[in-house]
Amino acid sequence: MPVYNLQINGKQLTADVAADTPLLWVLRDHLGLLGTKYGCGIAQCGACTVHMNGVAMRSCSLPVSAVRTAAITTIEGLSVDGDHPLQKAWDETDVPQCGYCQAGQIMTAAALLKRNPHPSLTEIEDTMQGNICRCGAYHRIREAIQLASTKI
Amino acid sequence: MQQSINSRRDFLKKAAIAGGGLVLGFSWFGADGEAPAVLKGSFPEKSIGFNSYLSIAADGRVTILSPNPELGQNIMTSFPMIVAEELDADWTKVKVEQAALDTKSFDRQLTGGSGAVPHSWKRLRMAGATARAMLIQAAATQWSVPVTECTASNGFVLHAASGKKAGFGELAALAATLQVPKDAPLKDRKDFKIIGHAVKNVANKGIVTGKPMFGLDFYREGMLFAMIQRPPAFGTKIKTVDSAAAKAMPGIIDVVVFKNNVAVVGKSTWEIIKARKLLKVEYENEGAIESTSDHNAIFRTVMDNGKPEVKRKDGDVDAAFASAAKIIKAEYQCPFLSHSPMEPMNFFAHVKADGVELVGPSQTPASARTAVSKLLNISEDKITLELTRLGGGFGRRLKFDYVLEAAELSSIIKAPVKLIWTREDDMTGGNYRPAVRYHFEAALDAKGNLVGYKCRGVGINAGNLVREDNFPSGAVDNLLIESIDYKSPVTTGAWRAPITNFLGFAEQAFIDEVAEAAGKDPVQFRLELLSKARITPAGAIKYNIDRMEGVIKMAAEKSGWGIKKPGISQGFSVYFSHQSYVAQVCEVAMQAGKPVVKKIYAAADCGQVINLSGARQQVMGGITDGLGHAMYSKLSFKNGAAEQSNFHNYRLIRMKEIPEIEPYFVDNGIDPTGLGEPALPPTGGAVANAIYKAAGKRLRNQPFMDEPVFSGKA
Repeated sequence: MPVYNLQINGKQLTADVAADTPLLWVLRDHLGLLGTKYGCGIAQCGACTVHMNGVAMRSCSLPVSAVRTAAITTIEGLSVDGDHPLQKAWDETDVPQCGYCQAGQIMTAAALLKRNPHPSLTEIEDTMQGNICRCGAYHRIREAIQLASTKI
Repeated sequence: MQQSINSRRDFLKKAAIAGGGLVLGFSWFGADGEAPAVLKGSFPEKSIGFNSYLSIAADGRVTILSPNPELGQNIMTSFPMIVAEELDADWTKVKVEQAALDTKSFDRQLTGGSGAVPHSWKRLRMAGATARAMLIQAAATQWSVPVTECTASNGFVLHAASGKKAGFGELAALAATLQVPKDAPLKDRKDFKIIGHAVKNVANKGIVTGKPMFGLDFYREGMLFAMIQRPPAFGTKIKTVDSAAAKAMPGIIDVVVFKNNVAVVGKSTWEIIKARKLLKVEYENEGAIESTSDHNAIFRTVMDNGKPEVKRKDGDVDAAFASAAKIIKAEYQCPFLSHSPMEPMNFFAHVKADGVELVGPSQTPASARTAVSKLLNISEDKITLELTRLGGGFGRRLKFDYVLEAAELSSIIKAPVKLIWTREDDMTGGNYRPAVRYHFEAALDAKGNLVGYKCRGVGINAGNLVREDNFPSGAVDNLLIESIDYKSPVTTGAWRAPITNFLGFAEQAFIDEVAEAAGKDPVQFRLELLSKARITPAGAIKYNIDRMEGVIKMAAEKSGWGIKKPGISQGFSVYFSHQSYVAQVCEVAMQAGKPVVKKIYAAADCGQVINLSGARQQVMGGITDGLGHAMYSKLSFKNGAAEQSNFHNYRLIRMKEIPEIEPYFVDNGIDPTGLGEPALPPTGGAVANAIYKAAGKRLRNQPFMDEPVFSGKA
């Protein structure tokens, strides 16, 4: 199997896996980065969202061979101490219920705020439409993104 | 090291052995999300345990164990809040840990029926109050002052007269040696400082930083991964298996056939996903092969000709209908639903010569362990079960089929294994919310009084699908409630607010139809019925009339019921489920010829609110859940197989579709009655009743989006 040198959270990490292995399973099974979640495997729920060169990507549908030298950021690398404005806003707004989808929600929102620090409500909803929260915490997710955008 | 503590005496013995420190075995898998290899732990070193719930360290840190499975109902925050309140702890110094299954230290370690807080309310309060009394006694002894002159507050014991003050940590060692009081005083609710306030989820930090805490996050050195191919259609079984191609794939250790399962075992998740696709399995029929069209035909036949079980009969129904001035009839139907928790089913099992280790997400760990014990013929005391956090449950993890699969597989391959279901496995694998159909009839007299009421439910593997003692039973003199269950190979199970998740809609939408036929305001009509139930009850009344009236009036008042709002149509609903009452008013506006749900007001009576933040979440989440499934979701069948397999063709509600939600709580000082489910059942009715007002179309079948009214062509 080929060896991939991946740039993840500012570090070079190596995985010896088949070329078609989705980045999600490389992160989870091979690199021990478990914050990125499996929800559907077909890019429909957003639980597996990571950043590739700052852009939100569904890692369940991204073959490791397509990553090449791109900079990958996972929830573990979003901030040093869990102090990204979104992470703080998520706690402040008390968003999580079961919590399983939240890393993906935060990563999708973080990519949005990076390219558009002060999005409109419609822009937030358009962006977050791809992330499912089965507990129905959407109100607080939306509120937390709006709160974070005032802190950037 | 995993140990369990059997009694307080046992604990004290162990505490003594540990030299004042205490080493108890409980899962260390909690708020801060430890590294995945470190699943087990204890009360902190050198901390003093007072009972199975709490320990206090010398530095004053309080550790509270939360025994019940956490799936998003926020029990891991609300349970410790109750203990901490009665302890008078400083909440900022409280650390919460998930306890492993320990039936000797805890009871009812399960998540279901919105029952955890009602069940444990008093014992959690006593756990805190008892320790508090012992700490106060310890201070009084140490200071040689009367115990009645000492008080506790925010982690300290105080003696006002002398100005003496000692932290709980300083007093814990002495306190734990004192006699445990049997009747430690409980606080008056007006003195609550934690209960009833908004307290943040104790797991927030771990969740937002991606710490491993769920079942799928459990990894162990040498652990294998497994997936199972199950029969693709209900009513079929394995005929032949050709696993040669799958076995030849890289990373595959073995392919194992047991029961109706073909399990692919390998070294990583992606490798088993790929290999499983290469299995060649032939199936043959062993039962009925049903499609949704068959289910619809079954509903008609059984409704008209089936033999019903009479669940409640009051008065003379035939006479009431024979003399009625007006009769209203309607039928309501819903499809099967998948639970679809975001974390698919999974469990870790390691069956060894000397016992079994189980780790994962379960709503019913004690039943799961008992079932594993029977399956493998290994006594329960040799089986440990560590609870991880559950990535949602909604009733799916009340079943422990996936725990048994993992255990059986581990015993066959003689290795530690994590069994993983894919989303497709979950959605096509059964245990669904059952499809049901209800036939209602109401008889009105010339004055518009409801004098006769009939409800007959037909369900497909639904068990008893009526709630015969719920409103309007007791308010109608002549009443007949019947249930018929049809047995099908399609497997079903409890789905958040079992039965009432749809019955609540059907009953409350039908009542709206009856109110209209009677020419009465829907809120007033319900209040009149309740008044009738109070003054001249018909048969037994098994709901609380005052509490139901209370939420009706509160929802009407908060929503401005009856006050005209331009462009807005309102719909009303109220439901009693589990032990709580929730009324809702839905507001709908027409936009481009289609109804759009704009806002839902909710008035909930769940007794004492524990955590205001968590309670609001349960109401808003429950309504969003109820609305989403009423509007969008259905699971249909073709030739015995589910037609939906993943979120591309099984629709869940998403952010753009949520209305504004405004929750209110009745503050009546009664003990808590649960809130994990009761906000869901009323939603469909409030929505359908509002859409009727807005669009003139009665919605009687779910999902609503299948109705032409939503295409703007109704």
